[in-house]
Amino acid sequence: MEKFSVLTGVTAPMPMVNVDTDMIMPKQFLKTIKRTGLGISVFYDMRYDETEAERPEFILNQDAYRNSKILIAGRNFGCGSSREHAPWGLLDFGFRCMIAPSFADIFYNNCFKNGILCITLSEEQVEALTAQADGSDFTVDLEKMEITAPDGSVTPFDLDPTRRHNMLNGLDDIALTLERLDKIKAFEAKQQAEQPWLYT
Amino acid sequence: MTQPRTLYDKLWDSHAVHQDDDGATLIYIDLHLTHEVTTPQAYEGLRMSNRRMHRTDKTIAVPDHNVPSTPDRLEKIDDPESRLQLETLKQNSKDFGVEYIPMDDIRQGIVHIIGPEQGLTQPGKTIVCGDSHTATHGAFGALAFGIGTSDVEHTLATQTLSMQKSKNMLVRVDGKLPLGTTSKDLILAIIGRIGTAGGTGHVIEYQGEAFTDLSMEGRMTVCNMTIEGGARAGLVAPDEKTFEYLKGKPRSPKSTAWEAAVEFWKTLKTDDGAKFDKEVIINADEIIPHVTWGTSPEDVLPITGVVPNPDNFDDPNKKASISRSLEYMGLEADTALDGISVDKVFIGSCTNGRIEDLRAAAAVVEGRKVADTVQMLVVPGSGLVKHQAEEEGLNEIFLAAGADWREPSCSMCLGMNPDILQPGERCASTSNRNFEGRQGRGGRTHLLSPEMAAAAAVTGHLTDVRKVVSP
Repeated sequence: MEKFSVLTGVTAPMPMVNVDTDMIMPKQFLKTIKRTGLGISVFYDMRYDETEAERPEFILNQDAYRNSKILIAGRNFGCGSSREHAPWGLLDFGFRCMIAPSFADIFYNNCFKNGILCITLSEEQVEALTAQADGSDFTVDLEKMEITAPDGSVTPFDLDPTRRHNMLNGLDDIALTLERLDKIKAFEAKQQAEQPWLYT
Repeated sequence: MTQPRTLYDKLWDSHAVHQDDDGATLIYIDLHLTHEVTTPQAYEGLRMSNRRMHRTDKTIAVPDHNVPSTPDRLEKIDDPESRLQLETLKQNSKDFGVEYIPMDDIRQGIVHIIGPEQGLTQPGKTIVCGDSHTATHGAFGALAFGIGTSDVEHTLATQTLSMQKSKNMLVRVDGKLPLGTTSKDLILAIIGRIGTAGGTGHVIEYQGEAFTDLSMEGRMTVCNMTIEGGARAGLVAPDEKTFEYLKGKPRSPKSTAWEAAVEFWKTLKTDDGAKFDKEVIINADEIIPHVTWGTSPEDVLPITGVVPNPDNFDDPNKKASISRSLEYMGLEADTALDGISVDKVFIGSCTNGRIEDLRAAAAVVEGRKVADTVQMLVVPGSGLVKHQAEEEGLNEIFLAAGADWREPSCSMCLGMNPDILQPGERCASTSNRNFEGRQGRGGRTHLLSPEMAAAAAVTGHLTDVRKVVSP
């Protein structure tokens, strides 16, 4: 996983509530056996019409936002399915950071596994930042845990220490867990003694 | 004296392998269900990092999402991508040594139907799958939740997941459901009440007579759609019905192990005085048959209601989302829900593809005809469900009415196989999501119970099933 420390880039506003993972990555793109190449399909139905032509009114089709790195969204972003194809598509498009009043649990977790930082702020804070998302650069600093908007205003944010540490250092979760392999084996031995029916 | 604990607390504590100072906990996973859509990249990850599976005896694989529901499905999968994904599951399972149920096996079916059917789903287990409807298995008092592909890889490599504990939420429904109201209506009503983010960050425990009265299949329908209320997992404490359901299933504990298991399972309940972070209490007698009108499962109303009018709402977000939903759904505000005509009816999915669902739908359809304007698709959730239904003659009832009787598949729930809606088509569906494009681009989904779906099939429109058959 790529390290995340300071990110500067265009922020695309998408002030819709309950954007689900079917909207982010429709089912026909779930048939891939690769993680890459999904950026072109992200938000497919909103982004392209029936002839696969771009819909000019969609935010990511507007020149100022084509290179967005940060998405600022409405509450309950990423609800629905567990498909990791949604964060893979967002990452492949170029997004490294999502800001919203709330995220769905599975999506939130999936983003961090792929080096996408999800920041939860109040509705008011999100609204204030959305108003500034005119194509100018925002800066997200994970070291300092703050967002600097184009007007220079600074918004602090919170994140649990483990996620922050793993993001800052680009750590591989599986390698970390395998360091505890002895504990896993000890757990299995104890569980097998107590609930032998789980080991048949 | 230890603090009183919830069922979730007990399941969590008994699977904690290690806990960091900030609460990040390594949770042991007892059962890993896998299917073709969310595993290819996980196995690829293992290969790229030269890792093996930690163990193979707690994982099972079954193809479901891409499997066509037509009788020629074994010979003929037209879509090359679907075919490759299905072949990849088979090959990865073989290469890594995972038990694989092939498409031509009678046990094949939707992953969340076969777990319980085989007795793999048991109280007290932690169960994961790269699919958000893993919540289904919580009906047995198992801690079961959906994960992404990175966590599938993590589980394959370590048989654990690193997690932060969720909060405890109680949904208690007191009293008895009225006649004609089903488990599907119950969960739709709950989602309507709490909203699609109502359970975010929580594990929900369902308590009360309305749930204990339900069969195991009904409890599975409720727990299945817990994720539509934002919670990753839903729980019903195991009881005699749970044990009765599991007794004699192929993978249930046998003889003396059975006695020991049941004794342990009986301890899996919330202690008196245990604290929940959030509580919702509902009266069962208020709940009548429900149907969704919009593009989120929270857009749901009793069938006696009318399509909402955005002008009646003050919140600009709500106003905008209702307007958007109505435009997508092709509905006018203030239209009565009872009477909206449908083009397709779909009975099946991990929510309502079990034998009781098919019996309930058949009871409404029996002696009636599917309306000329409607195509009705009945898709059993597994080969065993299909076999049982045919033993009982349910297939004959559906066929006589003019419905299609299909092979086990996720089918029209999510349109990854040939069963999809055409743009503008309206479907009465027993599945779990009415998102835009879910059943096919431009397709319009109304979620409801199997009984209500069957009533829509025979009348040609959404209607109150209680007007079609007396409950």
